[in-house]
Amino acid sequence: MEEKVIVCKDLTKRFGDFYAVNKISFEVNKGEIFGFLGANGAGKTTAMRILCGLSHPTSGEAMVAGFDVYKQPESIKKNIGYMSQKFSLYENLTVVENIEFFGGVYGVSSSEIRKRSDNLIQKLGLTAEAKKLVGALPLGWKQKLAFSVAIFHQPRIVFLDEPTGGVDPVTRRQFWDMIYEAAASGITIFVTTHYMDEAEYCNRVTIMVDGKIEALDSPANLKTQFEADNMDEVFYRLARRAKRSGD
Amino acid sequence: MSAVTLDHITKTYDKGKVLAVNDVSLQVEEGELFGLIGPDGAGKTSIFRILTTLLLPDKGTASVRGYDCVKDYKEIRNRIGYMPGKFSLYQDLTVKENLDFFATLFGSTIEENYELIKDIYDQIKPFSDRRAGKLSGGMKQKLALCCALIHKPEVLFLDEPTTGVDVVSRKEFWDMLKHLKQQGITIVVSTPYMDEAVLCERIALIQNGKIMSVDTPDKIMAQFPVKLYAIKADNIYHLLTDLRSMPEIDSSFAFGEYIHITLKDAGADIDTLQRNITQRGHTHVDIKLIHPGIEDSFIRLMNQA
Repeated sequence: MEEKVIVCKDLTKRFGDFYAVNKISFEVNKGEIFGFLGANGAGKTTAMRILCGLSHPTSGEAMVAGFDVYKQPESIKKNIGYMSQKFSLYENLTVVENIEFFGGVYGVSSSEIRKRSDNLIQKLGLTAEAKKLVGALPLGWKQKLAFSVAIFHQPRIVFLDEPTGGVDPVTRRQFWDMIYEAAASGITIFVTTHYMDEAEYCNRVTIMVDGKIEALDSPANLKTQFEADNMDEVFYRLARRAKRSGD
Repeated sequence: MSAVTLDHITKTYDKGKVLAVNDVSLQVEEGELFGLIGPDGAGKTSIFRILTTLLLPDKGTASVRGYDCVKDYKEIRNRIGYMPGKFSLYQDLTVKENLDFFATLFGSTIEENYELIKDIYDQIKPFSDRRAGKLSGGMKQKLALCCALIHKPEVLFLDEPTTGVDVVSRKEFWDMLKHLKQQGITIVVSTPYMDEAVLCERIALIQNGKIMSVDTPDKIMAQFPVKLYAIKADNIYHLLTDLRSMPEIDSSFAFGEYIHITLKDAGADIDTLQRNITQRGHTHVDIKLIHPGIEDSFIRLMNQA
């Protein structure tokens, strides 16, 4: 049987009488690239915050990396990586300083940090920029570095919240190469995106509408199920039914 | 007379160290729906800020409806609508108060040009007493568009109006733009989403401050110089890494479930290619000749630069 790194059952988050997340259930396998899609306001961010141990659910169950979101949020945080378009690195620290800082926060030993950071900088081709402030790097490089930093402590799962927004088309693809490589090494990828071609790169995709999961399958099966030529169409058909709109 | 003209515009920041806009020239015609297409950091916002008289260029001249962007800034400000990329309305005023404020600023009233915004405003009207800061992303975007339109501008500048917005709201937004265009307003819009390029009449592809191409989307796609193939197999990631190691392949980029490739030899035989790929252990190999999209053109131009 495949190892499950995320298991959710009837997970719900209520704010007053508003069900941001309404009884969602799904499982994510180890090493899987799991796409988490939905219109603005569908409840993606709320669900992701719960899975990262940052927010308590109202009801339901969720285990992440083998830990309970109610009782062990701190253990969850140690075993995951997180990266978003909005927050990822400190712009006024250098490349090396960012790696050292985040490595330290996640409990990687100093000697290990030194060893791995040299490798990483070389692999990213940032040797000449290692001592430059991150703020001075082009967006594409920043995003690639941010992803590498998010998986630096070799977490079981990495959560990526719109990691490629605004990035040029070539860098966007290089970014996905890094995602594939990380997944092949056994890191589970949980990713949100507004680019529907990127939904095709996922092993499985969920689409949330108004707090509920309305579809969950491989891109190929979803296209068959909704008689659509591409994921854009699948998404449009589902999201169009949404009653609520929001952020 | 063109609605918007940029003539050899250059803009640098940080005492010349950062070249944001590099000798850009282009024209937008009256009544045109024109798109500036490029990623973050390409220089789109700098161009918008120069045209809306909020930023002085280092070199070159720019004009809007014949008025110079430096000398005649007051004339221009009365004639344009500008929706910046960052939400810039007053968060603690209500929807209606914001709209009233912007109408008054331009010596107009909501009633005077109501027809222009009616279709858009109707969608946020149920929330007219809600503070702008409490609106959802999609509604903020609609309110910002209404505020940019309320004085009936001759030229509308929209800087990344659909960034971070989901597919459904993006489609709705483009429908609104088409409708505005029919009323004779010139629209200059920027976007990082390549799929939106085909919704414009003409586009400029921009990268690192340089215009790579200006034309209609159809013509830009037709200028793709070589044959483009789409290929897929069961294990798409292994296929991609294999293609990169094959000498006959010139370029290979993932596009959803397919990989788009170009070949070094224009006359290469596709059946041979298919056999070579199958020999590497791939199953269900499917290769077909396709028409390039804007993103194919963009990548090609980027790699030539």
